[in-house]
Amino acid sequence: MSVVTPSNQRWRVIAVHVALLAFITLTMLPLLTILSISLRPGNFAGGSLIPKALTLDHWKLALGISVLGPDGKWEAPPFPVLQWIANSMKVALVSAAVALLLSVTSAYAFARMRFRGKRLTLDALLLLQMFPSVLALVAIYSIFDRIGEWVPWLGLNSHWSLVLAYSGGIAQHVWLIKGYFESLPVELEEAAAVDGATPLVAFVRVLLPLAGPILAVVFVLAFLGAMIEYPIASVLLHEESQLTLAVGSRLFLFNQRYLWGDFAATAILAGLPLTLLFLFTQRWLVSGLSAGAVKG
Amino acid sequence: MKALRFTLMALGALSLVAALALAFALHAAHASGWALAVIALTALAAWVYASPRFMAWRYIAPGGLAAALFIVFPMLYTLGISFTNYSGEHLLSYERATDVLLARGQGDGRSMGFTLEPQGGGRVRLHVLSDDGHRYAGAPFTLGDTVRVPLQDEPADAPATPAADLRTLTAQVPALRRITALLPDGAEMRVLSLRRLAVERPAYMREADGSLRATADGARLVADLDEGWWRRADGTPVTPGFRATVGLANYRSIFGESRFYQPFMRVFAWTVAFASLNTLFTFTIGLLLAVALNWPALKGKPGYRIALFLPYAVPAFISIPVFRGLFNENLGEINLVLFQLFGVRPGWFSDATLARSMVVIVNTWLGYPYMMILCMGLIKAIPDELYEASALVGAGPLMNLWRITLPLIGRPMAPLLVASFATNFNNLTLVALLTNGAPDYLDTAVPVGATDLLASYTYRIAFQDSGQHYALACAIATIVFLIVATIALANLRLFKVGKSVR
Repeated sequence: MSVVTPSNQRWRVIAVHVALLAFITLTMLPLLTILSISLRPGNFAGGSLIPKALTLDHWKLALGISVLGPDGKWEAPPFPVLQWIANSMKVALVSAAVALLLSVTSAYAFARMRFRGKRLTLDALLLLQMFPSVLALVAIYSIFDRIGEWVPWLGLNSHWSLVLAYSGGIAQHVWLIKGYFESLPVELEEAAAVDGATPLVAFVRVLLPLAGPILAVVFVLAFLGAMIEYPIASVLLHEESQLTLAVGSRLFLFNQRYLWGDFAATAILAGLPLTLLFLFTQRWLVSGLSAGAVKG
Repeated sequence: MKALRFTLMALGALSLVAALALAFALHAAHASGWALAVIALTALAAWVYASPRFMAWRYIAPGGLAAALFIVFPMLYTLGISFTNYSGEHLLSYERATDVLLARGQGDGRSMGFTLEPQGGGRVRLHVLSDDGHRYAGAPFTLGDTVRVPLQDEPADAPATPAADLRTLTAQVPALRRITALLPDGAEMRVLSLRRLAVERPAYMREADGSLRATADGARLVADLDEGWWRRADGTPVTPGFRATVGLANYRSIFGESRFYQPFMRVFAWTVAFASLNTLFTFTIGLLLAVALNWPALKGKPGYRIALFLPYAVPAFISIPVFRGLFNENLGEINLVLFQLFGVRPGWFSDATLARSMVVIVNTWLGYPYMMILCMGLIKAIPDELYEASALVGAGPLMNLWRITLPLIGRPMAPLLVASFATNFNNLTLVALLTNGAPDYLDTAVPVGATDLLASYTYRIAFQDSGQHYALACAIATIVFLIVATIALANLRLFKVGKSVR
């Protein structure tokens, strides 16, 4: 702690508080506005930011409930939002499980075994992580188009194609789990090996039970990653009933059909749980993003 | 443990069978190259799992295979496509395009009436009556199958048969289209309407030398393997075209033809500017906030931290469309407030400079918390004594920032800043969801806009409004790949330098 305190310290603290609060207000405004818009009747900007009348219509539509419009006609939900949420959950849960399975075994080998080409493979993984999949979208589309000619349930418009396409992006998870494994004492496995355990037994019986926390974190990270992925999903999925939330959410705001209020309700409905999950795992998320810099 | 071993072995055996079945299916579908690749891969996997020398690789193989198949292979495939003419006009392979032409029929003006006689069990019998009174009948077949029905002469006085009514036929139109009836003289007939069959001849016949002959006028069609067309003698192409290897033609277009070169350079310049500006702004804001939050005199840090981190926690596919709506020129809340306060409605989506500013503002909002968190971690590692010493000599906060904080976090931050640059270089999601490139340039051959990044430019070329120019998109993607690869390799060095210093 500082021993030397300048005389104008108090004013500086107040100034920083004011600046921070002003900045936070500015950054939070869009989010607060969305809440107000979701409760405001109609799909167009009214005269003020604080709604004069409140309505739950947008929320009902987002939840798939038809509402009675002002003209006395029943208005059906514009999009199958709950279906999209279910699609996203399905893809994300399966992808997360696949990512976990694929990365945990690799991480074990990298953390505990010595073999030729280890350094090189790890570097390659790090490099792969930097290559954005958006540049290979045409190839990914074409590959799954081809696969679909032979195996329709793995082709375009299928959720399994998305799971497969996501299964390659495990570099970050491997680094994360590897770092955790390296922080665990190797003596336990050595003791097991002395008792005659094969590497597989030592891995499943000794190391895995200790790795619970990191496995949970990687699962959540992979889940979130698949939930929010847009480019690949937008290329592989086209049928409205098959879309994930990330792809579907862009359909609300076209000039021809501008569903601002409905979008606002959907945004909160879908965004809030994910945001909370993000906040919950942020510590791990950030260390995962910079894994290469802090680990190894 | 036995159970685990057994499960894994069963899984292995199962994958082996599945792989062989896949190879066989590929071979049957005339994709022998792919079948070979699958067999080679399977053999490699079997070797890895059988030989004790590859103990470690047994654990890496599944993840490595996934990364190879769905990250490395698409990259190589992108490169491969960039040397072809794969596009909306050249979608099919040579074989498929030829099959399409050979299967194409051509009516010769004659048609005949027909009826279907239900035989029970979904089977029907075809009766045909020509306008001059000839009657033909075929053997029973199942409606819905793709069938060729040879017709026999039927005596003119054969008893009339009950025929399916029009309503039944209407419901069966797709099934009717699968029927090809063959007259005794070999002419083919296909469904023309619910009551009549049209006599058709194949539009093209294959000649002995591999060329095609148009049956209508006898013209000869030759495959132009360089450009992917079947062509008539005068050079006119016949659709559909097929995929062909065109070498460097796409790259020559990008760098040689000004209608592609001009927009490419504009988009490239904006992409670099966007990625740099964005890295600069997010880092500056993130650093300042991190410094403030690391100030011991400040109270209430956890609350500030959460509030400041929030923009990063909201999923981008939610927050970007939120901004798209807020910035909407006529209906958005931002222009509503600006209009009430200043009487202006800026054209955020129609003016190039404003649109670009908006893109940078939104992405700064999205990205500063990440920089803040990184900076906070690094600043925490700086010993307090340095700041105490500087306070003793009377240095202010700015001096501290410039002389102590920045130099000390600069080195570990460098690779992360480069990574941020590379990520934003390809920030397709932002542009696709926020502006979709708008406002579009009016003077270009392909649709492209002022806010398009190279990634969104290729996305639009391939998947939107301008006709599926897959190969051109792949060529541009390959160029971007090279740029990103250079950055990534340089960055790997930076990582290592950063590590060896610490």
